[in-house]
Amino acid sequence: MRRLLVGVPFVWLLVLFLVPFGIVLKISLSDIALAIPPYTPTLDLTEGWAGIRDFFSRLDFENYVFLTSDDLYWKAYLSSLQIAVIATICTLLVGFPVAYGMARAPEEWRPALLMLVILPFWTSFLIRVYAWIGILSTEGFLNQFLLWTGIISEPLTILNTNTAVYIGIVYTYLPFMILPIYATLERMDASLLEAAEDLGCSRMQAFWLITVPLARPGVVAGCFLVFIPTLGEFVIPSLLGGSDTLMIGKVLWEEFFNNRDWPVASAVAIILLLILIVPIVLFQRNQQINKEAEQ
Amino acid sequence: MAAAGKENVFAPWKDDAAVPLIRIDQVSKRFGDFTAIDKISLNIYPQEFFALLGPSGCGKTTLMRMLAGFEKPSGGVISIDGQDMVTVPPNKRAVNMMFQSYALFPHLSVWDNIAFGLRRDGLDKDRVAARVEEMLKLVQLGQFARRKPHQISGGQRQRVALARSLAKAPKLLLLDEPLGALDKKLRQETQFELMDIQEKTGTTFVIVTHDQEEAMTVASRVAVMDQGKLIQVETPQVIYEQPNSVYVADFIGDVNLIPGSVSELGGGAALAWAEGKPPLLGQPGASLAKGQNATFAIRPEKIAISAEEPQDRNNRVQGKILEIGYLGNLSTYHVELPEGPVIKCEVGNRSRVERRDFTWEDEVWLSWSDTAGLVLAR
Repeated sequence: MRRLLVGVPFVWLLVLFLVPFGIVLKISLSDIALAIPPYTPTLDLTEGWAGIRDFFSRLDFENYVFLTSDDLYWKAYLSSLQIAVIATICTLLVGFPVAYGMARAPEEWRPALLMLVILPFWTSFLIRVYAWIGILSTEGFLNQFLLWTGIISEPLTILNTNTAVYIGIVYTYLPFMILPIYATLERMDASLLEAAEDLGCSRMQAFWLITVPLARPGVVAGCFLVFIPTLGEFVIPSLLGGSDTLMIGKVLWEEFFNNRDWPVASAVAIILLLILIVPIVLFQRNQQINKEAEQ
Repeated sequence: MAAAGKENVFAPWKDDAAVPLIRIDQVSKRFGDFTAIDKISLNIYPQEFFALLGPSGCGKTTLMRMLAGFEKPSGGVISIDGQDMVTVPPNKRAVNMMFQSYALFPHLSVWDNIAFGLRRDGLDKDRVAARVEEMLKLVQLGQFARRKPHQISGGQRQRVALARSLAKAPKLLLLDEPLGALDKKLRQETQFELMDIQEKTGTTFVIVTHDQEEAMTVASRVAVMDQGKLIQVETPQVIYEQPNSVYVADFIGDVNLIPGSVSELGGGAALAWAEGKPPLLGQPGASLAKGQNATFAIRPEKIAISAEEPQDRNNRVQGKILEIGYLGNLSTYHVELPEGPVIKCEVGNRSRVERRDFTWEDEVWLSWSDTAGLVLAR
């Protein structure tokens, strides 16, 4: 029974992560070819041991070297990092007050508020991002509204800029920020704030000295939950971003489907994964520390 | 119970010249339609250990929260040390509170919890450190200073909360059910520790509790509350021996209540309680009139039990033993009278190998002196 319990996640990890990873890694070490599949070599087991040796001898790091020769790639990585960091901070700035408001709301309202946060997930992500095109475009609802109120006289160009990408990311990933922060704030004992006030804090001081440190695990979890998927985000920049919006997810897509250069695309993916491992390890460590603190 | 002088008993409430620390004047608090506090007036004096006692929902916590500043009175004036407090926020009051849940900051160590209030006052590092060490010593938690609240026991947490609320040397310390979360044995130990600390620091303590035993043990005066009103404010002894109402008599300790009507009123009072039976004699309570419906209140430990009819006492009734409870230090007998009421009577178990004189269904006589019981208006 215990073996089964431990075994299932291991098989899961092996089949759904390590095997695909191995395949992508292998493709990234291959050469492009006009064939199906569009790369060589392919493993031919009919030739036996010699075939395997031949297969491995034809793998090389050529594609990784190529990534360094064109500055498009490292610029795309850096730009993705920048967009992910800024978007995460924006999401935090929007998400924290929402989570705080929810945790402070009367208890009978909370399930409804929680429902409202989760509700957008019931609609396809793609449709929601398309909806933003209708809102942000030059003739979109936002511009129409602003022109009608007289705040602006010329329509704003928001769609196809980085601003639209930020709006899209903050909108899409907001629940991932709100939920963990809400969970920590909701658990907080309200008498802690009264105690802080009683000991001489103003409301503001009590917020910074008590609420914020106690919400930290939720903030960290929320930031990682937003940052990690944002880094490799592809749909939002390609639908809402402009030609100058450079994100590695978009580059990856173009290498795979426009250039049909699977080996280079795989190399891009492997590097992205290596970059992502750093925050994931940090996240794991944070979880570990929290767990130890609770014991 | 701090002593004001060596020969004088500490009783500033009897001294007209004494200046109260807290004046509560005609204070009311309403939440919507519900009146939590109904025009209460009360003075609490410096160095008192004052207990607010009552069942849950009687308004005692609301009154305390008004002293701390978390609630504003709907009417009336609260002044502390001569200063009107109604508009002063909690962080500007020389009042600290020990919360029922202790409300220790989970992300801070014991040391930092105690230092929290001192740092808000902008004290320099050395003075904060000196004061924290002093507090740790007072509650004997020196070796736990670096631990987080979840790494210490419930009793230790209670002491940290006490140290934290005393660190700023408040004029008034409020304690909200401070011992409620502790088990019985620890609670009794801590009660004496609390009294000791109160005496050492000379701080005025106001404690809120629903546990009458706790209030009686620690307090110099007890205020018994019910439905937003003060029923009686007196020393524990007076509260117990001279309750001013059936409510107080019943709330504090065990009591036998026998309904009847006042048949004679003079130095004492006589209560007719059953047809053809001699009236019960006792001390009259306040606002009693002849012929009025009243209740005879008698504490179980003041009743003697015997097999023969006692000739030297006026108050004597006969009945049958219904129930015997052995509590170790004493035994309780429930005696059913033929007239209806069941009287509880307590007998101390003085010697270890005592012969049991009575058993179930035995006919026994209960008797008590003329001054043991009280006749209270209904």
